[in-house]
Amino acid sequence: MIYAILQRLAQMIFVMFGISVLVFLIFFGTPGVDPAARIAGRNASPEVLQAVRVSFGFDQPFYVQYLTMMKKIFISGDLTSFVNRGWKVVPAVLDTIPVTLSLVLGAAVLWVVFSLIIGVTAAAFRDRWIDKTLMIIGLIGVSMPVYWLGEVMNLITQSRFHDTWLFSWVPPLGYKNLSDDPKGWFLTLVIPWITLSILYIGLYGRVLRASITEALQEDYIRTARAKGLSETRILLRHALRTSLIAFVTLFGLDFGALVGGSALLTEVVFGLQGVGKLTFDALQNLDLPVIMTTVLYASFFVVLANAVVDVVYILLDPRVRTS
Amino acid sequence: MILSVKDLSVSFRTETGLVRVLDDVSFDVAEGELLGIVGESGSGKTMTVLAVMGLITDPNAVIKGSILYRGRELVGMKGREMRKLRGREIAMIFQDPMTALTPVYTIGWQIAEQILTHQKVSKAQAWHRAIELLAEVGIPKPEEAVHRYPHQLSGGMRQRAVIAMALTCNPALLVADEPTTALDVTVQAQILDLLRKLQETHGSAIIFITHDLGVMAELADRIMVMYAGRVVERATRDALFADPQHPYTVALLNSIPPLEGPRPHRLQTIAGSPPSLLNLPQGCAFGPRCPRRFDACAAKPALTLPPHETACFLTGAPMPAVTE
Repeated sequence: MIYAILQRLAQMIFVMFGISVLVFLIFFGTPGVDPAARIAGRNASPEVLQAVRVSFGFDQPFYVQYLTMMKKIFISGDLTSFVNRGWKVVPAVLDTIPVTLSLVLGAAVLWVVFSLIIGVTAAAFRDRWIDKTLMIIGLIGVSMPVYWLGEVMNLITQSRFHDTWLFSWVPPLGYKNLSDDPKGWFLTLVIPWITLSILYIGLYGRVLRASITEALQEDYIRTARAKGLSETRILLRHALRTSLIAFVTLFGLDFGALVGGSALLTEVVFGLQGVGKLTFDALQNLDLPVIMTTVLYASFFVVLANAVVDVVYILLDPRVRTS
Repeated sequence: MILSVKDLSVSFRTETGLVRVLDDVSFDVAEGELLGIVGESGSGKTMTVLAVMGLITDPNAVIKGSILYRGRELVGMKGREMRKLRGREIAMIFQDPMTALTPVYTIGWQIAEQILTHQKVSKAQAWHRAIELLAEVGIPKPEEAVHRYPHQLSGGMRQRAVIAMALTCNPALLVADEPTTALDVTVQAQILDLLRKLQETHGSAIIFITHDLGVMAELADRIMVMYAGRVVERATRDALFADPQHPYTVALLNSIPPLEGPRPHRLQTIAGSPPSLLNLPQGCAFGPRCPRRFDACAAKPALTLPPHETACFLTGAPMPAVTE
């Protein structure tokens, strides 16, 4: 077990190293790219350009620049922005983590609960109208882009119907700290949670229905029927239980990616200062230290989520366990 | 009679029309008897027992006829009542032990699950009984084996676990669908010995499906031969092996390698292939492959009367031909 954890850790470091080198080379090593020119602005004189180069350390070899940046991110934590000099990047990224985590965790609870309900119900009534209706609703959920859905949600809850009893409780956009104002935290996040989870509810519901239906064709389901078990028990304890393996894989990947910044669109639409929003802003003005830090942070979460999935696998599927 | 099947027909609605996979199958099973059902793939052996178990779940299946279990009609029985019989009074052993057990639960859990479904006992008692059953079917160290997952056992051990599960509630009727086909020969012999021993100790009636006549020669009290969804011959084991009546049975017996005498250069085979159920030949379904076909075979032969029943016009006794 300890060996497995160490192996995972080594793998994680390797992946993050690879990603950081790649990102670094894209922004600093691509021929024709000159970060100094971008910082100095258009029409900068050669003297200014040279001054910027020396000031930011671009005159040094790539490996020195790379190592300095890594040292500033991981050891001293004093990496500063290229755009706002003096703005420390690492604390800025750390500040966004609770926002993104709050958004994604809440949405994940919603999407797991509702997709389980939808997937199991559809599989139980497969090929009947309940199944067909649920699957069509799921498809609609999958098809709605989150930026559009978010704007529509805002239009309804913030503007058009805000003054009715239905949505008068919805607070203005923005994030409130859980520790300062738990009620405000919850209320501001309800609409973003729903918006973000709808896509995944539809997707996971459909995937789960397909995988339960497939499991129901297996021989062991016939054995379970021959044992005289009830249909409900067969569905939940045998078919669903074996289908959860696929469900967990998908969940781990999506969850990791979302915490790593893929919730960007939801964050932008609802004005939440999360990791995705931070990356988005940094990309707009090509603030390389911020991009590098958020990308590393994202890769950390994707790899971490994968490691967690592997552990859950071992719990769910005895065939993976080595005796 | 523990089981009495009369005129059982199973058809499936398909895009090309109704496909009949079982055609007026009738048979009885006496208490404590072992009835063997023999036939090629697609002859309707498995479909017959699935109908008995009420396990044909396809919504496009049409089941007609009557299946009486101890006087109770199983065709059209409510799911709830059928579940009380299944696993308790009628149990089934499946062909492939590799896939017949749910992979994510220990075999002890799966046996205990069945006990808890049918009997009012505590979990500890169910677990204890699971260990007893595993010991009874000859699994070494049963108190360890209950904690094993299916993938941790060999094929033979898994089939023993499946058998232990079937025996959980001392079923009066045990249905075994090719229980040894997926196993290698030495394990096959062990499993057959086990089934014979269990039949003596538990006194269950057994319906045993196989395509291996050698297995039948050892085990069966009576044998029923099926072809293209119909019963073509039925007799006691001794009568069937000594005096096979139907050309199909004769051909099947001829294709077994002889144990004594000179070894034939090639084994005899049956010419042609089993007919498609979508397009059964007129009259006797075996007609097109039959070496002794004659004019009368254009009509559908009916089964002669017991004790040695056969569906062939060659049989001496006069019989009425059923025309459709």
